[in-house]
Amino acid sequence: MSLYYVQKLLYQLNRDSYVRKRFDDDFDLLLAEYELTPEETEAIRKPDIGLLYVLGVNGQILMHYAAMRDYEWDEYLAAMRKGLKDHGPVRAGLYATVWE
Amino acid sequence: MSLVYAGACSHAPGITGRAERADPELRESFYKNFRRLGQEIHDAKPDALVIIGAEHFANFFMDNMPAICVGMADHYESPIEDEQWLGIQRTRVPGNAELSRRLIERILQSSDVAYAEEWKFDHGVAVPLNFLTPDYDIPIIPVNINCQGPPLIPLHRAYAFGQALRTAIDGIPERIAVVCTGGISHWPATPDSGKINEAWDREFLDRFINNRRDEILSYTDEETYRDAGQGGFEIRTFIALAGLCGGATGELYFYAPIPIFAVGCTVARMNLS
Repeated sequence: MSLYYVQKLLYQLNRDSYVRKRFDDDFDLLLAEYELTPEETEAIRKPDIGLLYVLGVNGQILMHYAAMRDYEWDEYLAAMRKGLKDHGPVRAGLYATVWE
Repeated sequence: MSLVYAGACSHAPGITGRAERADPELRESFYKNFRRLGQEIHDAKPDALVIIGAEHFANFFMDNMPAICVGMADHYESPIEDEQWLGIQRTRVPGNAELSRRLIERILQSSDVAYAEEWKFDHGVAVPLNFLTPDYDIPIIPVNINCQGPPLIPLHRAYAFGQALRTAIDGIPERIAVVCTGGISHWPATPDSGKINEAWDREFLDRFINNRRDEILSYTDEETYRDAGQGGFEIRTFIALAGLCGGATGELYFYAPIPIFAVGCTVARMNLS
């Protein structure tokens, strides 16, 4: 699992028009620059917003990727809920924090 | 005294981006108080408005995350988000790099901050400006406290930053207004979006408005996450303002949970002596 790089790619897509253009023009080459597992790559490609949430992507990053992939707000919320149902609890990141 | 105004407000993107889905009466009451804060800021005739916010991975990411960062540019782009999604038209917001630099130099005497000469405001600043300075007629100095990607600055250090900012402001001739903006309890952009712990919010606001320092510093992040969600970490912006205002108390102009805005919508001002 390489949550850091999943979030980094989605963060850069949100703020950098050049990365966004490469996402549209040359998806495979762009993704090869990030250390992603096949599951992560597929979740980004599809996109599987619910799985990305379960993998631990912060909602403040994920909501913009969902909007970029034409998810309306209610569809975005529903996708995360479905992700929890299909894939189980969040696996990493802030939402999986276990406090000592 | 060069601190001429201090206030607090919410900034959730739904406030402008999903405006039409809120109860119209509640929404307009909130907007009215938001604009009231803006009018009071203009009446105070500030040379600059410092906004203490908590941005959401727009400029700062986990590759190099500052605990606190202060903007030092002559202009800023706003908003970074899709204009239609946020319901705010993109524009260039005036800053004041020279004034920022003088403030930063003074803040660094007692508090560690990073600075940024380039900054694209996300909804965390863009939404407040939409109501406070809709004509973008006051230079803005943005301050970001990392409230998104732990480890986060301890609450007492956020308070101490507010004190350092006050000392810095007191040492310059310009008239400065300061507004903090954050959510209280909320679970933004998660499956629990829309959930609001009103009792927790009201308790926090009571402590904040009455500037009971020890009580607003007593929350642990574990308690906040449990009772107020990850969005509750943004109380750091309120706590910095409390530090800025010393023992001054305030007045709560508006508080109401508006679930489609995903936050308990808040407008408050502090009474500076």
